Amino acid sequence: MSFLELDRVAKQFGTQTVVDDFSLTVGKGEFVSFLGPSGCGKTTTLQMIAGFLDPSRGAIRLEGRDLTVVQPAKRGLGIVFQSYALFPHMTAAENVAFGLEMRRVPRSECRERVRATLAMVGLAGYEERYPRRMSGGQQQRVALARALVIRPSVLLLDEPLSNLDAKLREEMQIELRQIQRNLGTTTILVTHDQNEAMSLSDRIVVMSQGRIEQIGTPQETYERPASAFVSQFLGKTNDFAATIDRTATPGRLIAGSWSAPAPAGLAGPVTISIRPERIGFGDAGLAAKIVTRIFQGNHWLFQCESECGSMIVIRQNDGQKQPAEGEAVRLAWRPEDMSLRRTGDAA
Amino acid sequence: MSAAPTTDGRDARTAWLLTAPALMLFVGVLVIPLAMTVMLSFHDWGQYKGIEPVFILKNWHEVATDPYFAEMFWRTARIALLTTLITAVLGAPEAYILNRMSGRWKSFFLLVILGPLLISVVARTLGWALLFGGNNGLVNKLLMSLGLIGSPLSFMFTETGVVIALAHVMMPFMVLSVWAALQRVDPQIENAALSLGAGPLTIIRRIVLPQIMPGVLSGAIIVFSLSASAFATPAIIGGRRLKVAATLAYDEFLNTLNWPLGAAVAVLLLVALVLIVVGSNALIERRYAEVFR
Ligand SMILES: Nc1ncnc2c1ncn2[C@@H]1O[C@H](COP(=O)(O)OP(=O)(O)O)[C@@H](O)[C@H]1O
Ligand SMILES: [Mg+2]
Repeated sequence: MSFLELDRVAKQFGTQTVVDDFSLTVGKGEFVSFLGPSGCGKTTTLQMIAGFLDPSRGAIRLEGRDLTVVQPAKRGLGIVFQSYALFPHMTAAENVAFGLEMRRVPRSECRERVRATLAMVGLAGYEERYPRRMSGGQQQRVALARALVIRPSVLLLDEPLSNLDAKLREEMQIELRQIQRNLGTTTILVTHDQNEAMSLSDRIVVMSQGRIEQIGTPQETYERPASAFVSQFLGKTNDFAATIDRTATPGRLIAGSWSAPAPAGLAGPVTISIRPERIGFGDAGLAAKIVTRIFQGNHWLFQCESECGSMIVIRQNDGQKQPAEGEAVRLAWRPEDMSLRRTGDAA
Repeated sequence: MSAAPTTDGRDARTAWLLTAPALMLFVGVLVIPLAMTVMLSFHDWGQYKGIEPVFILKNWHEVATDPYFAEMFWRTARIALLTTLITAVLGAPEAYILNRMSGRWKSFFLLVILGPLLISVVARTLGWALLFGGNNGLVNKLLMSLGLIGSPLSFMFTETGVVIALAHVMMPFMVLSVWAALQRVDPQIENAALSLGAGPLTIIRRIVLPQIMPGVLSGAIIVFSLSASAFATPAIIGGRRLKVAATLAYDEFLNTLNWPLGAAVAVLLLVALVLIVVGSNALIERRYAEVFR
C-alpha cells in the first residue's frame, strides 16, 4: 500500500525547527494535499521529498528504497513550482522536451511525447510560443506538461494555482484532477486554500507550525476536525462555551436556553464547535438576534448575536422565507452535528 | 488623460518649460563643444601659423592614410576587445558565485567588488605600476629574489599590462551588469532543471548562461566603450611608448599643439564607438526581443 513514505521527518534551519515529526504514507496513485497557513512548512517538506533540501532527521522512502541518498536529478519526480520556473529562453515545446533530452530519449519519440503532453494539457498549437508570450494559465499548463512528460513516479505541486484568478483556478482544478485520474500519477499538492485541497484530494494533511494536525479524507477533516485549529482552518465554524450539568439525572449539556442530553465522559465547562450550515432556525433553542443578513446566491449568511456570543448561520436558498435583520430567532442543531471539547484543551 | 484638447498647447509649453534647464545644460556642455570639435577637425594648422579657421580635409586625409594612426586605432580596438573578453570571462562567474552566496557574505563581497569604484582610477592603476614597475616593482623584486625569474616581468609599456590594468578597472561594471541580469532569473529555475535530470554543467550552459547573456552583452558594451576611450590607465601603464586613441588625441592637443589633428582623432574615436555601441545594441535587442520582452 505505501508507495511514498515519510518517517518522522524533521527540518531545522539553525535553531529554528520548521518541520517536525512528519510521518505520512502515500499510496500509489493517491492525491494528497498538504494544507496549512503560509509559513507552516509545506514547501520545506515538499523540497525535502524533491531533494532540494536534506531532512535534519527522519527517512523518506519511495517503494521501500531510501530516497534521501538519491541525487535530486536522479529521483525522477515531476515538480511544478509556484512561480512555474519555466525556462524563458525556450519555447513551450523546448521546455517540455528538456527532461526527455536529459534522459536521452530518441529525437522522434521525444517530439511525439512533447506533442501529446502539450495536447493533453490543452496547449496543442502552442509549441513554438515563448513563455513570456503566454498567459498565466498557459504558462502553468506548460509547467505541468514539463513535469508530466517524464512520467514521474510522484508529481509534486507547490501552490500551482495560486497565481491564477478565481475562475481560471476552478477550471484548472477540475482539469488537474482529471489529468491526475487518467494518468494515475501519485500526486502531492501544497496549498493554503482549503477549497482547493478539498475539491482535489483523496486525503488532506492539515499542517500548523511544522506539525501535522490531522490526516484524513476531505470529509473526515471537515466533519470531524481533530483540533480547534483544523475546524477553524477548514471552513467557518462556531466555537462557544457550554456547561455539562451532572446534578440532574440524566445530565444535561446546556448552552444558554439550548440544551441536550449530556454525552458520557465529560463534565463541567466545555466548548461546542458547530458548522454554520448545521444550525437551523426553530421554535426552541439558543435565543439570538439577526445582526446582518447577506445574500450569496445559493445560500444566505446570517450574522447573529446570541446568548453565547456572536454566531454565523448559513441557510440554503431553498425558497423558504428567511428571517429578516433585527428579527429575534431561536438557534437549534442536532447534538450529533457538533463536536465537544473540554474547555482549555487545545486539541 | 483628463486634459481637454484646448489645454494641449499649454501642456506642451509647460513640458518645454520644465525641460528647458536640462536642455540648456545639455546643449551648453555637450552639443556646442562637440560641434566645435567637429569644426575644429576641418581647420588647418601649421607649426608657426597656428590654427587657421578654414575648411580643408587635410587632417582627415592624414588620419585615414598614415599607417601610424591605423596602428593606434587597431591597438585601441585590440586592447578594448581583450579587456572586454577578460571581464566577461571572469566577471560573469564572479557575479554568479556572488549571487549564490548567503546574506552576510553576499553584501560583504559585493562591497569588495564595488569598493574599487570609490577609489580613483589613477590610484588603482598606480598600484599596478608599484607592483610591476621594472626592477623596483614589488612583485618583480620578490620573484627575482626567489629566483623564479631572471629579469623583471615586462608589464609597464606593454599591451598586456594595459589590458590587465584596464580589466581590473572595468570589472565592477561587468559584474554589476551580470548581477542585474541574475536578479531577474527565477530562483527556482535551477531546481526545476535539476528535477528534470540536468547535471550542474548542463544547468549552467543551457539554463543560466542563456538567461544572463543579455547582461553579459550589455556589460560588454559598457566595458568596451569605456576601455576604448579610457585615458588614465593607458596613459600611466602605456605612457608615451604605447599610445592608444585617447592618449594620442591628448598628445596632439597638449604636446604637439596640433588641435585640429587631435580633434580629428577624437571625433573618429567617438564616431567609431557610437557606431559599434548602437550597432551591437540593436543586434542584441533583436536577438533577445522574443524571449525577454
Ligand atoms: N532556507 C531557509 N532558511 C531559514 N528559514 C527558512 C528557509 N526556508 C524556509 N524557512 C522558514 O521555514 C518556515 C516554513 O517555510 P515554508 O516551508 O516555505 O512554508 P510554507 O510553504 O508552508 O508557506 C518559514 O518560517 C520560513 O521562514
Ligand atoms: Mg510555500
